[in-house]
Amino acid sequence: MKKEVKSVKLYGYKRPDGLFGIRNYLLIIPTVICANEVARRIANNIPGAKVIPHQHGCAQLEPDAAQTFRTLAGFGLNPNVGGAVVVGLGCETVQAVELAEKIKSSGKPVHYLVIQESGGFVSSVEKGTELGKEIYKQIKDLQREEMKFEDLMIGLECGGSDTTSGISANPALGAASDLFVKEGATTVLSETTELIGAEHILERRAINEEVALKLDEIVKRMEKRVLDMGVSITGANPSPGNIRGGLTTIEEKSLGCIYKAGTSIVKEVVEYAERPKQKGLVIMDTPGNDIESISGMIAGGCQLCIFTTGLGTPTGSPIAPVIKVCGNDENYKKVSDFIDINAGLIINGSKTVEEIAGMIYNMAVEVINGKQTKCEILGVEEFSINRIGPTL
Amino acid sequence: MSAKYIHLINDKDNVAVVIKDLPEGAKFDIFNESYIAKSFIPFGHKVAIANIKKGEDVIKYGEVIGVATEDINIGDHVHVHNVKGMRA
Repeated sequence: MKKEVKSVKLYGYKRPDGLFGIRNYLLIIPTVICANEVARRIANNIPGAKVIPHQHGCAQLEPDAAQTFRTLAGFGLNPNVGGAVVVGLGCETVQAVELAEKIKSSGKPVHYLVIQESGGFVSSVEKGTELGKEIYKQIKDLQREEMKFEDLMIGLECGGSDTTSGISANPALGAASDLFVKEGATTVLSETTELIGAEHILERRAINEEVALKLDEIVKRMEKRVLDMGVSITGANPSPGNIRGGLTTIEEKSLGCIYKAGTSIVKEVVEYAERPKQKGLVIMDTPGNDIESISGMIAGGCQLCIFTTGLGTPTGSPIAPVIKVCGNDENYKKVSDFIDINAGLIINGSKTVEEIAGMIYNMAVEVINGKQTKCEILGVEEFSINRIGPTL
Repeated sequence: MSAKYIHLINDKDNVAVVIKDLPEGAKFDIFNESYIAKSFIPFGHKVAIANIKKGEDVIKYGEVIGVATEDINIGDHVHVHNVKGMRA
């Protein structure tokens, strides 16, 4: 691996709160579904502005309202965002002024507007566009400065998995994750549903009992939520399809998934969209749904995600690059316009796990320093907030 | 050079992953030793690379993935017929 990994320098955008972004976006944030279209039109009027439309922000029970607030605030606070315009409707649960104040605590420029107080749809778009352009002027000429691996937080995700995931792509990402952790970075393992069956193994890797207990708690909570709906999550696991593919036990299935987090010590377990306080390997409680999981990790501060797949999926985020690693050579060839790295070469024997890990590491460094991923070039920008309870 | 049939994930493992359909009687190499597959083992499935006695741990990813429910010999197909998980 040493051959593959060169001594590297990282450059990012330093924010007033000391965090470093690897992208520099103006973000337009609707507080509620009702403000989505105004927010979208504002973003369309400003070059390079990003927008995160969603279904939430009102008619939610308190835990959901808090999670929506935390996720939206997390996106505004993510250092890839240089400044933000918060667009509220007026009567919703997640209030624009509170969200704007929270994001402003970072020292970044933030404005907000309320549609019901802005003279209608057209004038809300006009007002929001003016506010956005004003912020854009403040951030557009920012230059990159040297940053450290300690300033870096990387989300680890897998989706569209197949038999190869646990053999090629996930072991390679795991080796790369260990490399980043060794350099001082933070990597985030998520998808609680996929930890079930291997939690006792991760708990042994926990830095202390408190972390082990918290891990146990998030897994039990996820299982209970599923049981409360009258169904079992472990009942048919591994599934008949998994067994046909060669997976024998639930431990084996979950280990294949968590292998993407390598062998590092688990330093902390955080809630969905919560910012980790520790450096090193951290676990976040998210569902297995790719977009909800990635959005949670980015809200928690990840500037970059690395995504393993067997079948392929075009997932991307509006504010953070997502590097795609496909573990299956045949499928890579089918969907190569949205895959960055072919880890299937491990299976046909032409590359080793260490060589692919080196490629992931090197590509991540290039992407951190500004190189676009395939999904950035394609403009794949998805956003979703994990929901806990019913809509009222 | 013969095609590579198996992939060992972790040095502690006593099973390896078949990365190309392994025909019955085919020779495969591990740690410079050659072994013979006792039966056909499909892509993605596991083959024993050590003898595993009934009740002993089956190890993949360097971790215990289950327990042998019968004696398993080198070259045997390792799957639901001779391994069970430890979780209900």
